[in-house]
Amino acid sequence: MGSLPLLTILIAIPLIAGVAALFVKANAARWLALIATLLDLALSVYLWVQFDPNGAQWQFTELNPLGNGKPWLGIDGIALVLIELTAFLMPICIGASWRSIEKRVPEYMAAFLLMEALMLGVFAAQDLFLFYIFFEGGLIPMYLIIGIWGGAERIKASYKFFLYTLLGSVLMLIAMIYMVQEAGTTSIPALMVTDFPVDAQKWLWLAFFASFAVKMPMWPVHTWLPDAHVQAPTAGSVILAGVLLKMGGYGFIRFSLPMFPEGSAMFVPFVFVLSGLAVVYTSLVALVQTDMKKLIAYSSVAHMGFVTFGLFAMNRQGIEGAMMVMLGHGLVSGALFLCVGVVYDRLHTREIARYGGLSDNMPGYALLFMVFTMASVGLPGTSNFVGEFLSLVGTYRASTWAAIAGTTGIILGAAYMLLLYWRICFGTQRHKDAAAMPDLSAREWWLLAPIALGVFWMGIYPESFIRPFRNDVGRVLERVQHVAPHYDASVVPGKAKVEAH
Amino acid sequence: MGRFAPILPELILSVGATVLMMIAAFTGRRGSSLVSWLAILLLIAATAALVGAPSHAGPIFDGLISADLFASFGKAIMFPAAAVAIIAAQGWFGKEHEHSSEYSVLILFAAAGMSVMVSATSLISLYVGLELNSLASYVLASYRRTDERSAEAGLKYFVLGALASGILLYGISLLYGFTGTTNFTGLASAFARGAPSLGLLFGLVFLLAGLAFKISAVPFHMWTPDVYEGAPTPVTAFFASAPKVAAVLLSTRVCLDALAPATEAWRQIVIFAALASIFLGAVAAYGQNNIKRLLAYSSINNVGFVLIGLAGAGVAGASSVLFYMAVYVTMTLGAFLCVLWMRGADGEPIEEISSLSGLSQSRPGFAAALAVFMFSLAGIPPFFGFWAKLVVFNAAVKAGLLPLAVAGILGTVVGAYYYLKIVKVMYMDEPGAPYSRVREPVQGVLILIAAIAVSPLGYLLIGPLGTLSDMAAGSIF
Repeated sequence: MGSLPLLTILIAIPLIAGVAALFVKANAARWLALIATLLDLALSVYLWVQFDPNGAQWQFTELNPLGNGKPWLGIDGIALVLIELTAFLMPICIGASWRSIEKRVPEYMAAFLLMEALMLGVFAAQDLFLFYIFFEGGLIPMYLIIGIWGGAERIKASYKFFLYTLLGSVLMLIAMIYMVQEAGTTSIPALMVTDFPVDAQKWLWLAFFASFAVKMPMWPVHTWLPDAHVQAPTAGSVILAGVLLKMGGYGFIRFSLPMFPEGSAMFVPFVFVLSGLAVVYTSLVALVQTDMKKLIAYSSVAHMGFVTFGLFAMNRQGIEGAMMVMLGHGLVSGALFLCVGVVYDRLHTREIARYGGLSDNMPGYALLFMVFTMASVGLPGTSNFVGEFLSLVGTYRASTWAAIAGTTGIILGAAYMLLLYWRICFGTQRHKDAAAMPDLSAREWWLLAPIALGVFWMGIYPESFIRPFRNDVGRVLERVQHVAPHYDASVVPGKAKVEAH
Repeated sequence: MGRFAPILPELILSVGATVLMMIAAFTGRRGSSLVSWLAILLLIAATAALVGAPSHAGPIFDGLISADLFASFGKAIMFPAAAVAIIAAQGWFGKEHEHSSEYSVLILFAAAGMSVMVSATSLISLYVGLELNSLASYVLASYRRTDERSAEAGLKYFVLGALASGILLYGISLLYGFTGTTNFTGLASAFARGAPSLGLLFGLVFLLAGLAFKISAVPFHMWTPDVYEGAPTPVTAFFASAPKVAAVLLSTRVCLDALAPATEAWRQIVIFAALASIFLGAVAAYGQNNIKRLLAYSSINNVGFVLIGLAGAGVAGASSVLFYMAVYVTMTLGAFLCVLWMRGADGEPIEEISSLSGLSQSRPGFAAALAVFMFSLAGIPPFFGFWAKLVVFNAAVKAGLLPLAVAGILGTVVGAYYYLKIVKVMYMDEPGAPYSRVREPVQGVLILIAAIAVSPLGYLLIGPLGTLSDMAAGSIF
């Protein structure tokens, strides 16, 4: 650990670049944003290399600069991998907006850079209110991104996004105030080992759940997501699906599980029912979509169902699987939105029926799209297989019924993704304009190929990604072990299988 | 002479205002600029006179007023706010208005009244301060007497204000009749003597009703939108800031000092007024297309949040009220200075929200400042308004008022909608007719200072402001 405040630098680079971008011309703003995000990526890779998986739980810690000696920033393995994901996707987002955003470029780049700073802050914050400020502050740039650069229905979508997520979060704030008064500290590491009274845990858990379930999003509070995704510009969708949704899962694993283990256990059946519904119902909804972005948006909700299944199975496979689903989904859904963006930039429509037979005139595109489709389906060798398999194994250990619902979702997932791929890339070319589209440009290759590499790396050697957070998952497990649902179909919390024989 | 040291700010203001009135009378319109700068100077001098004031001078003049830290905190917010209101008027009344120099004098008298209000520890000085402030305010509201809306605002304010004063006086006379004292300490010991009698309770309710009118809390808020809309914009900026601080601080002192033993009795009233103000202020603002009306409802909404802190009671509650008011005044003055800059091509003021459309493209700095104030008023982090809300909710939770805190915070979501609407109009709509540029560098600097103070940089102030408000709150117990 050097003496440099690395995390502060990590957050400050995009922040400063974002403010600077407001004062320069369009092209300079593009380059500024690209350079800043690449610098951040390099710095985050350095953090990854320096991070000692067997070392202290919290590394690169920094104290409050106002000098009261409280913890301020610091990361464990869970936060580290999510920071990697954010830093990896941001340059790709900037690249994806290089040509497709023509109006008010400096403001756009500034909004994205501020967004990055706030997202990194969410994962790096060690102070409860600092976390909340970053968590909520992210609404503002996203609101502007959807509202200014979005599609035809952008205003409605931006309001819905903002107010929906705000409504979820404010209850969490009251819960945080209560926790701070109860425990007498705002430090997240300290709160993670605080035992709150069981009665209070129930309410605290619900308040946090309201926030994270909306962010995640879980059925039935997912309805803001399809609107936001469809209306947002491509890069906005990538960030939304790639990182913002992960804040919900991160919240569960950072707050709900370790801080309120009894509360979590009490609501395991509730979460399982909602996750099962999410997986099955939203997959069915995805099947009948005619809009490409909407289809992928619903598939996101379904995939997030695997995350909540895994997390609330409260065993090692489940939680590690949930983390891997989050990482894998961050890459794959981001890439799928980019794939939509590629054809949208050419034809300006997201209607699935307007395309067809693209494998003839866009073979490169068809190849990469195939990779991401297969990854989304969960084909072995790709990132999502690892996560989904692990989280379903974990779920099975907690409840066979939940696992059945989950596996059904995998089958349905294969159905809607393959159908989408078939209707876009195969079949006859019915539309002249679609048949005349050129294949991927060099820029687009540069955007998609690194993600494809990441997808395979995660699928073939997931150890590089699991190693940093293995011990941290162990620490969460220590907190929840005594209440985890056990080994049989019963999801009654804490009851071991003793009545057999 | 030492006896008068604690009331030095009031002396500066009242003597200075009288002298300035003479100067204004003899120089006429030519002297208006001179008078307004002199008035600002007086306000600065009065603020400076607060420095080094005894932290707890105790009751003086037979318990009429108390120049404690609580009062000083309020004055330190109100005097600069009044000065900003004078600056806001520069270049506003100048060209077409007669008697523009008297505006500054009226503000000074109002400031003197407010400063008595925040120091009052007796029902008599309370009433005198309140009326001095109100009388100056009635005149200010109708200051543009040739404008029908301004005249209407003044009349409405006067009639309703007189009614409220009557209610207040009735409450005061009941309290005096049943306790035999007008002194806050005496009242407190009367309330502490077992369950309050029916007469005392009536007195308490009438007193609070009169005060609720002054802070424009629901259900006594009806005058606010009309007066805010009709009054000239600099006057509206003044109404929304300094007198509001005075009335809120006065109510805080009354509730936590004079009525402290009857906390359970007044708390239910305050809780009702808080929630009603938050929700009515949020819902009623939806349909507004006049920005001054919208900000009027916003101020009603914000009073609701202050009352949540007040309901928390104790040092934490009083401290949260002080903290909130300090941040609120900054945000509100900033927002109104921006409204002041909404001028059409002919230089005439425009108040329609739709005229802001696409402002972010024609005037990016202006739009960004207004957006910062809107997000901050809505209490969205990372802006400083969030921290102010956090502080009042913290006080409520500390007092065990969890349901109140939950209901109140849900109100912020309802309210967020209309603040977002202004941001939407500025950032997402197509540009409309551009505003003409206002050449008032001082106002520009003030907007910049306010915007920086409520930006995330404001968090650096948490430490000092929190310590000060804690100390000030401690001085009334």
